Formats: sequence, C-alpha cells, structure tokens
Amino acid sequence: MRILVCVKRVPAPGSRINITSDGQAVDAAHLGFTTSPHEECAVEEAVRIVEEHGGEVTVLTLGPAAAEEQLRYAASVGAHHFVLIPITDVDWDPQRTAAALGSAIAGLEATDGPFDLILFGNESADSGGFQVGVRVAHALGRPIVNGIKGIDLADGTASARREIDGGFEVYEVPMPAVLGVKEGINLPRYPTMKGRLASKKAEVATVTSDAPAGGQARVRLHRPVEQVSETVILGTGPEAASAVVDLLEELGVLS
Amino acid sequence: MSLLVLCEHDRGVLAGASLEALTFGRDLAAAAGLACEAVVIGEGAETAAADLGAYGAATVHVASHAVLRDFGPLAWGETLAQIIRSTGAEAALACGTDRGNEVLAHVAALLDEPFVANCRQITPGGTWSMTRMQWGGSLLEDATLEAGIRLVTVAHHAVEATPADTPDAGTLVPFAADLADSAACTVVADRVVLTQGITLATSPVVVGGGRGVGSAEKFAALEELAAELGGVVGCSRAVTNNGWRPHSDQVGQTGTRIAPQIYIASGISGAIQHWVGAMASKNILAINTDSEANMVTKAGYAVIADLHEVIPAITEEIRRRRG
Amino acid sequence: MSEFPARANVVVIGAGIVGSCLVGHLARLGWTDLVLLDKGPLPNPGGSTGHASNFIFPVDHNKEMALLGEQSADQYRDLGLSVDSGGIEVARTEERMHELTRRMTSAKAWGIEAHLLTPAEVKDLVPFVNEDVILGGFHSPTVSVVDSLETGTRMRREAVDKAGCQVFASTEVQDILTVEGEGGVTRVSAVVTDKGTVQAEHVVIACGVWSNRIANMAGATIPLVPTVHQMADVGPIDILAETNNEIGYPIVRDMDTFCYERQSAGSMEVGSYGHRPILHHPDEIPSNEEAALSPTEMPFTPDDFDEQMEQAIELMDMLGDAEIKYAINGLLSLTPDGMPCLGETIEVRNLWSAAAVWVKEGPGMAQVVAEWMTYGYPRVIDAHGADIARFYDAERGDDHIWARAEESFNKTYGIVHPQEQWENRRNLEVGPYFARQEDLGAVFFQARTWERPQWFGSNADLVERYGIEERPVEWDNRWWSPITVGEHLNLRENCGLVDLSAFQVYELEGPGAVAYADHLAVNRIDVPVGRSVYTPWLTPDGGFHSDLTMMRMAEDRVRIVTGVFDGGRDEFWVRRHMPTDGSVAFSNITRQTTTLGLWGPNAPAVLAQLTDQDLSQDGSPYGSIIPAGLACGGREISAALFRISYVGDTGWEIYTDWDNGPVLWDALMAVGADLGIRPTGGGVYGTSGRLEKGYRLMGAELESEYNPLEAGLARPKVKAADFMGREAYLAARDRGDPEVRMCTLTVEDLTDGQGRRRFMQGGNEPILTLDGDRIVDSHGRASLVTSAGFGPSVGRYLLMSYLPLELAHPGTDLQVMYMNELYPVKVASTGAVFDPDDTRMKA
Repeated sequence: MRILVCVKRVPAPGSRINITSDGQAVDAAHLGFTTSPHEECAVEEAVRIVEEHGGEVTVLTLGPAAAEEQLRYAASVGAHHFVLIPITDVDWDPQRTAAALGSAIAGLEATDGPFDLILFGNESADSGGFQVGVRVAHALGRPIVNGIKGIDLADGTASARREIDGGFEVYEVPMPAVLGVKEGINLPRYPTMKGRLASKKAEVATVTSDAPAGGQARVRLHRPVEQVSETVILGTGPEAASAVVDLLEELGVLS
Repeated sequence: MSLLVLCEHDRGVLAGASLEALTFGRDLAAAAGLACEAVVIGEGAETAAADLGAYGAATVHVASHAVLRDFGPLAWGETLAQIIRSTGAEAALACGTDRGNEVLAHVAALLDEPFVANCRQITPGGTWSMTRMQWGGSLLEDATLEAGIRLVTVAHHAVEATPADTPDAGTLVPFAADLADSAACTVVADRVVLTQGITLATSPVVVGGGRGVGSAEKFAALEELAAELGGVVGCSRAVTNNGWRPHSDQVGQTGTRIAPQIYIASGISGAIQHWVGAMASKNILAINTDSEANMVTKAGYAVIADLHEVIPAITEEIRRRRG
Repeated sequence: MSEFPARANVVVIGAGIVGSCLVGHLARLGWTDLVLLDKGPLPNPGGSTGHASNFIFPVDHNKEMALLGEQSADQYRDLGLSVDSGGIEVARTEERMHELTRRMTSAKAWGIEAHLLTPAEVKDLVPFVNEDVILGGFHSPTVSVVDSLETGTRMRREAVDKAGCQVFASTEVQDILTVEGEGGVTRVSAVVTDKGTVQAEHVVIACGVWSNRIANMAGATIPLVPTVHQMADVGPIDILAETNNEIGYPIVRDMDTFCYERQSAGSMEVGSYGHRPILHHPDEIPSNEEAALSPTEMPFTPDDFDEQMEQAIELMDMLGDAEIKYAINGLLSLTPDGMPCLGETIEVRNLWSAAAVWVKEGPGMAQVVAEWMTYGYPRVIDAHGADIARFYDAERGDDHIWARAEESFNKTYGIVHPQEQWENRRNLEVGPYFARQEDLGAVFFQARTWERPQWFGSNADLVERYGIEERPVEWDNRWWSPITVGEHLNLRENCGLVDLSAFQVYELEGPGAVAYADHLAVNRIDVPVGRSVYTPWLTPDGGFHSDLTMMRMAEDRVRIVTGVFDGGRDEFWVRRHMPTDGSVAFSNITRQTTTLGLWGPNAPAVLAQLTDQDLSQDGSPYGSIIPAGLACGGREISAALFRISYVGDTGWEIYTDWDNGPVLWDALMAVGADLGIRPTGGGVYGTSGRLEKGYRLMGAELESEYNPLEAGLARPKVKAADFMGREAYLAARDRGDPEVRMCTLTVEDLTDGQGRRRFMQGGNEPILTLDGDRIVDSHGRASLVTSAGFGPSVGRYLLMSYLPLELAHPGTDLQVMYMNELYPVKVASTGAVFDPDDTRMKA
C-alpha cells in the first residue's frame, strides 16, 4: 500500500490573530507552527492504514523551507518519505497550489509507481479554499470525496464515511482514490521522544514548481469588526439560576 | 446571462442554507446585471424546487439522471458544469456548506476556473472583489477574482434567508444531465443513522463544556441540563483532546458549527477554534469563574461562578418551575 | 465586580505567586486599602507561575536563597498545599560527586536532612533510573511539590477577607505616573489602566517577566530578562500512573545534563537548563489573546531540546517510548547576577520591585517585601543580595542583563565555585592603573562592575622566596594563587601597594551635612575637621545596613567611603533618607577620586621620598586625614593622606584626583623599588591581611541579622545625637551581653580522609560541636563560616564565625564541616590573631 498525504504548515494562533503590516499574512512573530489539523489526522490515518495493511506513507507539502518542520513531525509519528515544494511567497492561490501538487505527485508516481490512496485535509485551517484536493484528483483522473471521518480498505475499494446530521453517508470509492479527511477521523498520536529523535534523520526531497498564478488574488487580510456587546451578568453564584431560567423562558426554549 | 445558485437538498428536503445562498445570490445577480436562476439536482429535486421563486429565482433548472439517485460530489459538479455550459451562465454560487464548497470545487476543476469559497460580501464588476473568510471567520480576506466564469460560495450564516420582496416565477426547467457511469463511484452508497432526533448542528439548545468541567464524569450535570431543555451537549477541543467526549461533540472550526437558539458555554475560555464554531448561536450564556474569559466577554449573558454549582442549580430551578 | 477605585494606599501589579502572596502578607501586617491588578485572568493570569514545575529543592549554597526557599516551603506547607516528594540530585561525573559533598555541607548548614546515595540506593527510590550512567546521588527527603496557583488564590482571599483588598483581573497597566516632590524626589503617584486610573501611595511591581517594562513606564529599572526554560510533558507511563498521585516518586535532577524529571500524575515532566540560552524582550511576549497557550508558554523549539531528550532517555529508558504531549518554551526571569530584585526602586520613591522571583521562593520573597514596606527593612532574613539597589547603572541596561543571563543560564545546575568570575562584560570599570597592572600580569576579579587585581603574575618570584605550596585539590586551588601568600608576606616584611580605586566615594555638603551624617551613623561624625570615623549604619531594627568610613573633610563637608559591593545600596540609602530641605547636597565622586593603599613597615620610608610632610604618628596620626603635596613625575600633585590600615601594618590610603593616579603609581613604585615595594592584590587586602586582624566585612560577617554588639563593634558609649536604629541599638545594649559574638577560629588540622590538605572557601560551612551538632541560637541563627583564608603571618588557616557567648572564648574546641568531612577547629580570638595590640599599625 502506497499512501500520499498532502499537508500544509499553518501558524498555531491564540484567540486573537495579528496580521503583518502589509496585510498579506498572519503575523507569526509570537506563534509556533503546526500541521493544519485535518491534515494532522490524515497523516495519522495513513500511518494507521500502513500499520494494518503494510506499506509506506509519503508526505508532501508546499510551503516555505521551514515547512520541513511539519514533514519531520510527520516522520516523528511514523511517516516514511518526505517531499517539499518550496515557495517564497506568503501563500499560493488554490489553483496554483493544486497545479504544483498535481505535477509533483505525477512526478513521484512516474518514478516510484502510483499511490493507492492520496489523503488531503478537508480544507486548510488558514486560507480555507476548500478545493485543492478536488483539483488534484481531477488532474490525476481519480475519484475524490471530502469530509471523510472513517476509512476502511478492502478489495481495492475505500469505504469512506462522511458525517452528516444524525449519522453518516458511506461512499464506496475504487482505488486509486483521493479522500479529503476531517479532524475526528482519529485522535492523532503525539510523537514519542524516540520518534522525534529519529525524525531528525529523515531525508526531505525537494521538488520545484513553476505553476502559474490562478484567478484568485489576495488584496489584504483584516480582522472582522468585533461586535462589542455588553455582557449581561445574571449573577455570581448558584442563585443566578433563577435569572437564567427566566432568560430560557423568554427565549422560548423551555417547552 | 445568468447567475446560477445551486440549491442543495437531501432526498427532496431543501437545505435551509440554500435559501441563504439564494437570498445572497439574487442581490448579487441584480448588482451584476444578471438573471438569478436556481439549480436543483437529482432525485427529489422537483419537490425541493417548489418555493424557490419566492426567494427570487426566475428559473429553476431541475437536473436529472439515473446516477443522481443521491448526492455525489462529482456527479453534482459535472451536472452543474453542464448547465453552466448549456445556459452560458456567467457565474455560479452555492452556500459554503460541506456539499456546496465541494460541488463548486468540482465545477471549478472541470471548467478550469478559479473558485472562491466562503465569501461574506461580493462586489461584481469586470474583476469581482470579495471579502471571504479565513481561519473559519476569525480573519477576513479581501480578494479579487478574474475568471471566465465566476464560481463562489457564500459563507453559511453570512446572511439570513429572507423571501424576495417580489416573488419571481420560479419556472421549473428540466435538464437531462449527461453523466458517465464512472460518476456513480462517488455517489452515496449507503447511509447510517446514528441519532434519531436532535443533533448538535440542529439543536435549539446546546450545553457546552470546556476544560473547566474537569473530567468526563463531571459532564453528567451538563447532560442532565441538556436533557431537561431538550438539547444536546457540546464541548471544546481541549475536552476532546483529553478524551472526555467524542469528537462528534466538538464545537469549533474543525468540529461542528452550531447555531442554536441558546448556547450555554460552561467552563469554556473561548479560544478562537471554539469560537468560530459557536459564533452563529443566536444567544450565548457563558458560565465561568473568570469574568474576563474570552467567552464571557463575547457572550450576551454570563454567570460568573463555578459551573459545578450553577448548572445543577439551573436544572433544579427548571424542575421546580415545572412542578 | 467592584468599581475601579480612584485611589488606594497600595497598588500591587501582578497576581502571580508573588503579587498574590504579597497582598496576603501586607494584610497580615495590618495594611489596608489594597488593590491587586493583573492583565490576565485569574487564577492563572498567564505569567510564569502558571506553567511552573512547582517544586522546591531546599538545599542551596546561597544563604538568602536557601533560607527563603525553606521559608517559602513552610508557607506552602502551612496552607496544606505541599507534598514532600523528596528529590535526588544524581551525578554522572566525579566532579559532580565532589559537588554533592558540598551539597551535604550546605544541607548541614541549613539543618536540612540529606543523604548521599549509591547508584543502587538511587534505584531503590526511583526504580526506573538507569543506575549504570550515574555515580551516585544526593537525596533530600524534604523536597516538596507545591500548588502555587491555589496558594496565590488563598493568599488573595486572605487579603480580601482581612484587608478588603480589591482584585482586578484582565486589567492592563498602561502607565505609571510620578510626581516630583520636595527636594527633587520623584515619587510614584498613580497607575493608569484600561479600567481607569488609581492614585496610589505605594505601587509594587510583581510582574515577573514583564517587570522591567512596567518599571520603565515610571522611569525605573528592574534588571531582568525573560528567558526560556524548556519543558516537555511525556506520557502516559504506566509505572507513574499506578501511583494514582500527582507525585509518587522523588524528583530527579540529572545535574550533569542540567535536566530534571518530575512526575506529574501519569506523565513525566522533563525540564531543561541545558539548551542554548534563549532570551526575549518583554515586547516579544504575546498577550493572553495572542498566545496559543499562555503568554509565557511560548512555542516550543524542538531542535534546542533534542540533546536533552537523548540524555533523559539515557537516564530513564522508559521515556523514549512516551509521547510528547505538551512542550513549551516556558519563560522565567533571569537577572545579571542570579539573585532576585526586591525592594524600593532607586529611581522612584514608593515604587517597589518584587521581581525575578521563582515559585520556589515566592511566598518568602513576598514576605520580605511586605516587611520591607512595613518596617523599612526585611525581618525574616537579611536580603542584601536581593536588594534591587545593589545594581550600578552599568548593570541595568539590556546589554549587560542579556550578556549575563546568557552566561549564567547553563549554570543553573552548574557547579559554580564561590569565587567564580564572569567571562563576559568585563572591564566595565577599571582604575587608572589598569594598563600598568595588565603589564604586571595582574589577575583581575570583578566586583560588580569594577575590576580589581587579585594578585600579580609579576610577583611569582615571591612563591619561591617564601617557599609557598600549591593546594593539592584543584577545587581549593581554583581562583586562588600561592602568589597571594607571597604578596602578604612581602607586605609584612617590606611594603605593598594596593589599588583601591573601586572604593565608592560620596560627599555630603551643606549646612546640614554633618547633622545628616550623624543621623546615618552609629558613631559620632561631628568630630574635628581632618578626623575619620569607622562606623556602622543600622537598619531601623538595629542590624547592620552598612559598615564604612566617614571623614570630616571640612566644617560642612563629610566624605563617605564604602566598598564596591555595597556602593549601590549605600548610595541609595543616603539619598533615600536625605533631608529634602536643601540643607545637604549629595555627590558621588568615585570617578574623580582614586585611592592607593600603601602599607608595610617600609611604607613611611617610601612615602617620605615624595613629600616633606611629617609622616610620624604625630604629624599623621592614626585615623587622621592630612593634605599633602606629593612629588610625582616632576611635578607636585595634591593628595589626602589617610592614616589607616585594613591589613595590619602601618601606612596610608592615599586619595588623589583620578588623573593623577598613574604618576602617583609610577612614583611610588620607583621610590619603593629598593624598599621591597610590590603591587599587592585583593587576596591580601580582602582576605589574608584582613582575617589576621579580625576585620569584619560587610555582607560576610556583617548583615542586618546581627547588631554591633554581636559583631564586637560596639563602642563603650552611645552618642547623644539621634541616629537611625538608635532605639533598637539601645534596647540591645540594655539587654546586656549579646547572645553571640563574632570569633576568629583556627583550623587545627586541614587533612581530609584521603590525607590531603583541604582549604575551606568561606561559603557558609557549618561550625559544629565536637558531637557534630549544629550550633543554633535562640533566633534560629546558625554558626557558619562567614570568611575563610590562610593567615600567612600566623601560619594558620583562619575562619570567622558567630558563636554563642558560652563558646566564644579562646580555646574552645569545635569542628567545621567542609565537603562533607569534619575538621577540628579552635576559637582563637574575638579580635585579631595577628598583632592584637595594633603595635605595627601605629608604629
């Protein structure tokens, strides 16, 4: 089983995100970076699949040179091969990103054979374009379903579960396939100390891309105007219960 | 020339979110000088299409094909792309739901056009300008869109669905999609119902707990209150990470986005990841010992006290009033 | 929530362990009208308290840190918020094993239970330790783990209940306002916050890593820098989870890798002081809203931690498979000298600092500051080493703070010799002879910012001349040279020239100068012009604040000469208590004046070649200052000749203008050449010469915990004029004989168990009875070595220590512990062991 996971390096912000003075990026001066959460789960899922079925996991990212940190993190939790498409811009638009990933994957497959399964995160935590995985799947001519919170592999078919209100849908997707997974598909492991130390020896391959820019362009980032609402304090102890129930009655939720 | 609004439905039941899209789309179409037309796809589409004229659709394209017995992202995307081509539509819009974003992404890939997800505001023109959500809505991005065909989604809850001042015809126009059998491979094969009744995403009352609850066991008091109110329990990411609740209870950017009548957030500090999942709530009551917690300052109502004392007291008071 | 007040008596900024305990202690001491602010939420406002590892190792070599650590541990215990987990410092090297014997000695000094363990004994207590990588351990059973956040909460509550303290969380300080009052004194007036402005009589900055930034708002400085201490929480680990406890195994400090392992429920916290120093400016610390975790839990930089991980796995194999669940670059505060910043800021009256304090000493340090505010001086302990006034200007800038923090970070678990010198930020202040001294191969010791020659390489020939031996153990030899003994013996035989440029020299001038000088000093300063007075300055409680020389230079002018270690504190003390009516002007003339000490039997003959002045005890009597012209380099320079001696032989401190220094040096060296003059270093001046004479040193023998009667510095009568500490001093005298007295002891046999001669360093080694018991007085003060050194002229190794009166007489046999071994000592004197009648000085 050969599995590819595409991940994105994103800042790990607090409850207030600052923006650089040119408005082009999140000001990460105080921040650490992480793998976008859906993709962290995708890496975990891939590792679990090869732990069960055998095989190897390749992790691919497009990002700054520092994104090597996320590749090594993937190494520390059990992934095997690592590829970086370095960019110097703040972020690439979704079309351009997909084009770069698509041709990088085609290149990897040309050398080492096709991937049985390619996993994306449903959407990135930061720019949230909701499309890169789909575009790549189309470029590779493979089926894709997003929003996946459960995967079972059997007989060349990926049985993928997608959460909907009150239950889930099941898709039976023939492999090779692409799936966009969501956090909750698993609880990702943390790296062990030994895993971390071993990850330092992981080799990171580099693939360059000259994909052209797409039609969506960033003008600037900004924070939404905060709605300053006066908080009505209903009390400072259990005696507030009466005021709370008054409120519930008023809102009509006490049927 | 038209703007097509994809209206989702689930086996004939129109998604409320699509009415938001139609509400947004008819204004956008007017500003762009385009006709506002709706698209409804697959089995049950005709039922779902019934009221769309009231929300401003002049025409409703009702697409059908044997493959379209249930939702399938590729099949839906292919169908919408075909309608765009056949009508010569200039733009297509959906609501930024899981399905809406996914289908538009397929359309974009098929037409090789850009796609801008989760817009809150769009100014049409030669180049479209828009404000879209990043970070689940805690940041906004001003962006521009240069495209042959404009493909966008409007962020869920960005507008409230309201009928048009003057209803439009909503004339149903059938469309026979031309789909390959292979499109069937990503159509829903089966469904499993886990919960009967109210879910986190649709519940009118959500009782949320955060790190401040302290343990899995201590969620019992929240369960009790939720049951009393006919609601459900939600939780923060810290709780899921601690293994106190399943991920399906998680409210947040990477969990479930909720929009209840009231969200009772107890022992939740209000980190950004949680807030973006809760911010569509109509009312928020925060219960926290820290009067300056993010959740408290953002909430409309608050009780500054220990949730372990307040929650049982509320349950008790409800029972007392009900006799 | 109460309304934000318009005024308050005391505003404490910062509700971490320090600020919270401080309001509690202020309330206990009767203060009211208190306001406590923090920009973060409660109970964890996001400072260093919130991520502290919360353990206390009570044994420290430093007296202040050890006593306050114990004090703090007891306060946590009294609240029931402490568990004695025990702790073990393990050694991987022979050098560390030696250091552990020093730990044992310090444990004995403070009366703390401790044991040396074999690797197998370590494993008995901590079964998951790999005994193959260690040589042994130091077990301290009273190591405790505390709940600092809950302690803060309880202390705040006590302040609320007792004193009506008002607490405001999420209240950000935007400015601290000051006013210029009478006498040009800048005084704090108000704290401006985002909730409003509160006028305040007193403001305390307990802002941890943010303290300097907050102090800067008022124009004050608190020299500290936020520094990263990396910590990772790894688990779950079954053997830990099975204890069903927050902590069930002793904490292990892996001293040689600068790392610790501390159980926290089912996982292990691995903390490091071994990574590269990572410093941050306070402006780089995110706000509570911006931070992913909390402001002081900064993003982990794993590359810095990898080596520590490998070492941790070496010691505890099970850690390798444990998951890294949480890892931070936690911030804590470092100062340029490793000690906290307590007390009133020197720049702004009534603006206090309670900063650079860690959880392990928080409650005790808070008590120190509360007492300081209440009584004008701390009572629980002498805190001169933590006094924020100790810093000179050159120590208050970021360049200095950062350089020193970078150098000291990896010494947190290091083996630091008592005499250890800094490598960077040297030559900040040098005397006018510096170039000459470098040419003479001087080895410089830095005293705060000042470089002082400790000995001169050019005197190496004296080692042979006097037949002096090296010390057999490297530790005893480190930062020491036999040359210093040669310089001593040469001074006694011929004469020596000592650079005293580092003296801090101040002048009080004006119609009120003498009266004010008398207000400061125990002894009478209103003496004839040209006379000097050696005198203590007392705290309000009658202990030593200072011990120095004051000189009546003119009718309305008094000169103050004090040691370089105490200059900052003494200058602040003078300025702090000065009359504001303009009757006294203060000036610091340190950099205009230089001093050379010329002592030895040939000193008069040397000096006589430069002047016609009568240098006999009639023309230049002991204790007098006379003006003189000195013929130097073909011209005459004016100097003041102060007949005094700190080394026991006759001679002078020669004061002249800084710029005259080089020619004076050259002239004295030239005319003294035939009379055996040698440049002579601090090893003679500060240690051997001084110890033979039994002279007490401020900060060593003299502390606020002791009074002049105990130090043997009380005069027969008390002057009529009022002075600071007079009431307490009179009361002490009324009580009759003091409970303890300062003594000089001789070590009767320096041979250790391996047959090597060992030499105590004067680092608080305990004096013990012949049964090996500690000697402790009714105030809990233990008898410890305050100074130690060889007395070449008496041929004995000398120690100084306070002893209870019944033991404080010549001939009493006792013991001293050094490196965990006992050596016999005998009380020699309560005065001088060399020339007790001062015949040589007055010759």
